[in-house]
Amino acid sequence: MSDTHAQTVSFVRETMLPEAEPPVGNRGAILWMRENLFSGWFNILMTLVSLYVIWWALAHTMPWVFNGIWNAGSLTECREIRNATLGEGASAACWAVLGDRWQQLMFGFYPRELYWRPVLAFVIFLVAIAPVLFAGMPRRALWITALSPFVMFWLLWGGTAWFPVSIALGFVLGWAALRALAPIAGPLVAVIVAAALPIIYWFYTAGPLARELEQVVALRIEYVPSQDFGGFMLSFIIGIAGIILSLPLGILLALGRQSDLFIINKISVGFIEVIRGVPLIVWLFTASLLLNYFLPPGTNFDLMLRVIIMVTLFAAAYIAEVVRGGLAALPKGQYEAADALGLDYWKAMRLIILPQALKISIPGIVNTFIGLFKDTTLVVFIGLFDPIGLSNAIRASVEWNGIYWELFVFIGLLFFICCFSMSRYSLYLEKKLQRGHN
Amino acid sequence: MTTTSDAPKAGFRPSQLIYDTRYRSLTIQVIAFIALMLGLSWLVSNTVANLSALGKDFDFGFLGQRAGYDINQRLIEYDSASSHGRAALVGILNTLLVAALGCVLATIVGVLAGVLRLSKNWLIAKLMAVYVEGFRNIPVLLWILLIFALMTEATPQPRDFREGGGASMIFGDTVAITNRGVFVPAPAWGNGSLILLIVLVLSLVAVWGWRRYAHKTQEETGRILPIGWGTLGLLVVPLTIAFLALSMTSGRVTQPIYVAGGIEGASLAEFGAAQQGINACAVPNSTESLNLRRALRAEGLRFNVVPVTTAEEAIAAAEAGRCNILSLPASTDAATAPAGAVALSDTIQRGSPVQFESPVLGGFNFEGGLQLRNSLIALWLALSLYTGAFIAENVRGGILSVSKGQTEAAFALGIKPSRTMRLVILPQALRVIIPPMISQYLNLTKNSSLAIAVGYMDARSTLGGITINQTGKELEGMLLLGLFYLVTSLVISSAMNLYNSRVKLKER
Repeated sequence: MSDTHAQTVSFVRETMLPEAEPPVGNRGAILWMRENLFSGWFNILMTLVSLYVIWWALAHTMPWVFNGIWNAGSLTECREIRNATLGEGASAACWAVLGDRWQQLMFGFYPRELYWRPVLAFVIFLVAIAPVLFAGMPRRALWITALSPFVMFWLLWGGTAWFPVSIALGFVLGWAALRALAPIAGPLVAVIVAAALPIIYWFYTAGPLARELEQVVALRIEYVPSQDFGGFMLSFIIGIAGIILSLPLGILLALGRQSDLFIINKISVGFIEVIRGVPLIVWLFTASLLLNYFLPPGTNFDLMLRVIIMVTLFAAAYIAEVVRGGLAALPKGQYEAADALGLDYWKAMRLIILPQALKISIPGIVNTFIGLFKDTTLVVFIGLFDPIGLSNAIRASVEWNGIYWELFVFIGLLFFICCFSMSRYSLYLEKKLQRGHN
Repeated sequence: MTTTSDAPKAGFRPSQLIYDTRYRSLTIQVIAFIALMLGLSWLVSNTVANLSALGKDFDFGFLGQRAGYDINQRLIEYDSASSHGRAALVGILNTLLVAALGCVLATIVGVLAGVLRLSKNWLIAKLMAVYVEGFRNIPVLLWILLIFALMTEATPQPRDFREGGGASMIFGDTVAITNRGVFVPAPAWGNGSLILLIVLVLSLVAVWGWRRYAHKTQEETGRILPIGWGTLGLLVVPLTIAFLALSMTSGRVTQPIYVAGGIEGASLAEFGAAQQGINACAVPNSTESLNLRRALRAEGLRFNVVPVTTAEEAIAAAEAGRCNILSLPASTDAATAPAGAVALSDTIQRGSPVQFESPVLGGFNFEGGLQLRNSLIALWLALSLYTGAFIAENVRGGILSVSKGQTEAAFALGIKPSRTMRLVILPQALRVIIPPMISQYLNLTKNSSLAIAVGYMDARSTLGGITINQTGKELEGMLLLGLFYLVTSLVISSAMNLYNSRVKLKER
């Protein structure tokens, strides 16, 4: 074989050539640029257009951002400083408004000396949510999670500590009733009693009990009315309360929607579709205008509480759909296996189905939460002071009359940071939960 | 095997309602039903008690009452003397308008951004990622306010468009962006526009026929006919020919200008100089009206336009003395000209079937043309860009969901890239893209209720806002408003279900 080759070719190299670097145009940054930016006439055109767009956007915003004035007491003062240092009509932001009013944007009209309370509540929230978000934490930490809402409530609103304690007692009561009655009277009766007993307790006993206990041992901190809540604190409270309260309701609705029981199924479907079919803003107006019609005459309760109730119902419908997706994604074999083990409905759900279904739905739940958190800005329309409402209030003040962009940029940036990190978390979860099989 | 399978034939005991699975589900449902009914009756009795305590009743009669407020943005005739029901209808149409406009723009933006985000060009892919993440993670309300502030604070005032004002119109002096809104050319329909419409319908029918024929030919012979070019030609060529022919013939015909209280045969300039004020009767959006106004402006005359809806009404208005100058559509018989009116020596042209009227700077503001209010533009742009970011992600996900093997298989079969996209990739990607896209449309429609932030008069602002405040009918108003949104949502989502069941993979 090699003979033929030698006869037809006059010269054959017998040694290997030394390894050489690729030509300059085919390596490193130049290769990358050729492949990713200039691979054809269309690509070159797009690169040029993008460069122009980027340059145009930066040229219009960057001087404004970096010429910004940080020390001033009012917009007029800002303009004077700008005219003195940069010249008449130069483009410069007046960041001083943030230094002057950041407390308001964060906390609304919450008393300044009590800022530690919402901050502490937020830290407690972060500690409490950790065992839920990260599987590595010990399971016992979930008890902290269960207790945290009451502590946070007490820290935020203040007043007597016995009120949240007596509310929490209702849950203990229900749980005790369930444990005590289930072996004697059967699960159905136990569930009904366990649901009815706390409600009766909350209506008739919880309030007087808290007052009595307060008489015995006074445990109170300064009370802060809801009107003083505002800014990002308000957004966080509504968002977090909405998602925590709506989760159990949403799961129940999802189970109801998957249920074979005709009436339960239709009630769930009707509730979910009606809530989802109407915009949140209409529900919020319903809460502020109409909720008092539906309650016994003479009842009048806090607007913020009404908003939280509405937001909870709203989010529950969306979470129900997310959880339903999770339930539907489980292979049928899981349901059949649970039945084969002889588990009853609730045991099957609690031990087999929901742990898997909820795991699949967590990214969807996080996305619902992002949407809910963004939608908390809508409360401005019914007179609550969310960040946008406060930006209007700041603009209406004498010192900062006519300031737009700085406040918008600040609010947008904070929302972006919160929502973006949450969406990254949801991506991380999706990756982590991805198993090789389906 | 069969020895123990017989169920004991015992009589019914009440405890079976709880312990027997055959009856238990029924028990649970009955309990749930009773609880629901109790809850509902509690709510209703509370509502009745509250309403009677406030001295209110529950009826929808307020819809027929006089509304008494103005709506600056309307698609149908409306004034403050119209009823609340009419105001609600105006609001509903406004909601649907911004929703429809938003869906179209959001689709364009979203598809473009989704495809570009997958582009091989690193820079543009990153740019689109910034767009998508930026819009998805900031509340839509903030975007609406931001764009509205941009439209009202950062755009020039109409007076800046005068000489030396520093602002100028764009697209060859046809579009003006001002802080009072965007002024764009408005179409005026003239003689023969109906013929144009008929030609368009006929071309559409022809396009449908051509596509059918092309598909049939390909099925039978394998020969591929140029569907795209054929469609384009069928749409453009007949319309152009019809337009040119009509403009050349009837468009060149001139018609007299009738005036009341003038001298027959005088020129327009003489008539204008002799009159105290000029009131022109003109059918809105007609070419006669447009050409009359152009003639008046050319003479430098100031005038008021008296709005009328038909030529007969224009004649009646002229006879009643409400206007002293008018030009009638070509279809009107010359003998029906109003009593006492005389023709001037100047004439105007009938005009083409369609003419576009550009906005012109008048006394304090732009005149003529179509004014798109800032509220509409801000809401429209913000909703479209916000929803577009979500659609971009759906599109990207859909395209990525089609495995690379599909493209390679199509190439291996010798199908060229453009056809691979159209026949292999898109049909599979669309199945993934469309359902979430329609739910984005649903979100956009619901988000349009944020119109309240910019003062756009949508259904929530009219029916759920001013009407409620004026009549004190919160319960009825919110009920109707909720019902409107619910019906809209259900219609859109049932369209989605229809589509889903059509494109679903046919499985055994």
